[in-house]
Amino acid sequence: MTDEPGTSPENLHKESDANAPVKGAVPEGESEPDSETKQERLTGPESGIGSADVEATTGGAEIMAPEPSPEVLATRKGMFGVTGTGDTSGYGGLTRTIEFPGASSPPFGGWWDSVYERIGQLVPNYSDVITKVVIHRGEITFHVAREHLTELVQHLRDDAYLRFEFCSGVSGVHYPADTGGELHAVYHLQSMTHNRRIRLEVSVPDADPHVPSVVAMYPTADWHERETYDMFGIIFDGHPALTRILMPDDWPGHPQRKDYPLGGIPVEYKGATIPPPEQRRTYS
Amino acid sequence: MTSTVGDTTAPGAEAPQPTEDMYGVGGEEAEGHVYTVTGQDWDQLVSEHAERGDERIVVNMGPQHPSTHGVLRLILEMEGETITEARCGIGYLHTGIEKNMEFRNWTQGVTFCTRMDYLSPFFNETTYCLGVERLLDIEDQIPDKANVMRVMMMELNRISSHLVCIATGGMEIGALTVMTIGFREREKVLDVFELITGLRMNHGYVRPGGVGQDLPLRALTKVREFIAWMRKHLPEYAAFCNENPIFKGRLCGIGYLDLAGCMALGITGPPLRATGYDWDLRKKQPYCGYESYDFEVQTWDTPDAYGRFRIRLSEMWESLKIIEQCVERLEKMEGDPIIVPDAKIAWPARLSIGSDGLGNSNEHIKHIMGESMEALIHHFKLVTEGFRVPPGQAYVPVESPRGELGAHVVSDGGTRPFRAHFRDPSFTNLQAMPVMCEGSMVSDVVVAVASLDPVMGGVDR
Amino acid sequence: MGVEEKLPSGVLLTTLENIFGYMRSAAFWPATFGLACCAIEMMTYGAPRYDSGRWGQEVFRASPRQADLMIVAGRVSQKMAHVLRQIYDQMPNPKWVLAMGVCASTGGMFNNYAIVQGVDHIVPVDMYLPGCPPRPEMLIDAMFKLRDKVRHTPIGIDAVEAAREEEQRQLTAPATHELKGLLR
Repeated sequence: MTDEPGTSPENLHKESDANAPVKGAVPEGESEPDSETKQERLTGPESGIGSADVEATTGGAEIMAPEPSPEVLATRKGMFGVTGTGDTSGYGGLTRTIEFPGASSPPFGGWWDSVYERIGQLVPNYSDVITKVVIHRGEITFHVAREHLTELVQHLRDDAYLRFEFCSGVSGVHYPADTGGELHAVYHLQSMTHNRRIRLEVSVPDADPHVPSVVAMYPTADWHERETYDMFGIIFDGHPALTRILMPDDWPGHPQRKDYPLGGIPVEYKGATIPPPEQRRTYS
Repeated sequence: MTSTVGDTTAPGAEAPQPTEDMYGVGGEEAEGHVYTVTGQDWDQLVSEHAERGDERIVVNMGPQHPSTHGVLRLILEMEGETITEARCGIGYLHTGIEKNMEFRNWTQGVTFCTRMDYLSPFFNETTYCLGVERLLDIEDQIPDKANVMRVMMMELNRISSHLVCIATGGMEIGALTVMTIGFREREKVLDVFELITGLRMNHGYVRPGGVGQDLPLRALTKVREFIAWMRKHLPEYAAFCNENPIFKGRLCGIGYLDLAGCMALGITGPPLRATGYDWDLRKKQPYCGYESYDFEVQTWDTPDAYGRFRIRLSEMWESLKIIEQCVERLEKMEGDPIIVPDAKIAWPARLSIGSDGLGNSNEHIKHIMGESMEALIHHFKLVTEGFRVPPGQAYVPVESPRGELGAHVVSDGGTRPFRAHFRDPSFTNLQAMPVMCEGSMVSDVVVAVASLDPVMGGVDR
Repeated sequence: MGVEEKLPSGVLLTTLENIFGYMRSAAFWPATFGLACCAIEMMTYGAPRYDSGRWGQEVFRASPRQADLMIVAGRVSQKMAHVLRQIYDQMPNPKWVLAMGVCASTGGMFNNYAIVQGVDHIVPVDMYLPGCPPRPEMLIDAMFKLRDKVRHTPIGIDAVEAAREEEQRQLTAPATHELKGLLR
């Protein structure tokens, strides 16, 4: 899909990876377990996927994935942070929808398909576990339901075809507009054997911010989960010692949530007072 | 979600009732007894601990201590000289940089993230800009000269960061000459930085779209002189330390962490390469054109503090090689653009010193005021609101001197980062401290932590 | 001690002031309080090129009991604030504080929940040094100004007089937001 004249706001944000070459998907390591891999290393049945499927196409053959429909998160109205009759700037009528890249459906192209199919072989109730797959700018994100997170992560780490043995970190994001799934925990996994990266995302509502902890599988996530708890209030069930790590132990609130103020003070300088950054005019 | 004071509940536990004693929410949350220490009450804590009947001493190293790399607090339970349990207390430098970035432009975010890991500012900037460029989908439009300059500045930064690690590590074990020569060499690197970016530290140089400033006159000559100086003086460190019996006695066998330990704890950088595994993101997942440079990944066969020290020394030699290749390429790229041609995203600063001694972009001002209306509009929009980045998220890691440094950048289509989270190598590497230190002596803790090279600005952000 | 507190104002007192000032400013011993980026510039201040040993300051004492100058170099977070105060309290008199960098002076670019907006909220500061981070030459300049200040510190009855004069001056001085003529 090529750029249409950007007259309507919706088209400005439509994303499509249909014609984009698969970025970052050239596996430089092994794509298959080698001949010495013991049978018990495979946590599931022998995969029927050959390595031929895994080579990324370059140049010539375009990957025809169906265009993912964007997912509307919120609608922004107006500009300069002003609403009501006081706004005479003319920007009050501006309506802009915030659309995140939408879900893709298989085939995705390249090694993503083999990972997706392998997960399907290992996990029985596949469509319950992975609720959505998003591919954007050459990176794949699996949205995982929280009840199945530990089971999925176990397979991701241990199966010889997947082998995502390195967890880069756990990051939290707070989307206040995404009711029912405000707090997201994002896990970046890396397979050093196969030299690939994927991302897992778990959404939990504000009212019940519990996510199972992956520390048993990835001990490195210990401090990362503590930090996410400290900053966002996501409670990781099963974490050995979930306490505050960056803020003082008795600090109330979770600072990096969107409803927590930045906490600055107005700055006075030679007759003028400048408000703190969060109270200044915004052009978003 | 409402939060109550003292919100340190265990997962799944009921929320505690607000009590009179703000610090009194104790109990079974964590393994062992949880203490909250706020200051001026160390005696109370020690007597409480003594009443529990253990024969062990709790020693608190830090947060203010010359042997900790910044404000790191080490809580050590000791029996005699041996450490039985060790924990890190961090958060003493938490600055809320990530939240601050949510209230600034995408370009202004660079000046914030630069100050996280303050010994490797270029790496912070580059990983953030790579993430933003991936979201903007301009990754293949970055000019070659910008990429070469990014690589050159990053490798110079790698040298200066390793020099600080070796210098402070030497100082902590008492080798003060290593500190003086380390900082002497580092001044040379900072001179080059000052010439090219204008600042010695915390440069806001790498911007989304390219780099901020072009090379000034005679910069390449200066870099060549620097390379010659380093080639002459780097062997001094090897002469001082490599076969020094005291140095080897202090470092060999200390801070042992083998490959299984590194992989479980998510350690990257010199500690991982000391195990013999040649994992380096510059080779495995190249960025900024690293695949076209000729250099080797340095490994060592003993995963202890000595191995990490030798790796850092050799990495400095490899960085010199890369810088030389960059200089050769830059000599042919005179006059090339240094930032994306799309004027809606970027404009190069093109600073020059005016007649009043202050810096300003006089050329640019002449252009927008006199020559081009579009340029004026672009300048106005870029300065007031900045550019807009399409919604989505990206994570592009780079190989910083300490390990894998990555920025998870989330955009909601606006002019500000919706969320910018940095996966800092020091934060993750510091989790290995208990593993390396329990069972050893106090003096070995100093060496082990120094060999991990944590920078608390990156740990606490 | 205390003899100098009881001396009447005169030649003897000013001579003692000279001696005390000279001794105290001759060699500060800084307490290591390097927190963030400014700490690195403070280390280069002690390093060969900007050698602070020229003025006897290369001895960075780790123990505050042996130090007389606390250079707060770097951003002070909420968690670190009480530690800062504790270290300050542990230093014996006479002691001085130099707030190095904008983060220590006013909170700097980090106007948020996590950073104390200036260490003068916690400890009395004798010298503010702006910069992000300040060059070692700027730190040298700040040290010289501090040395001048210490060199001419009044003691005993002169100190009481000086404090009274300063108080009178401040009562009639215009507030910062009234300093109109200095707007550029």
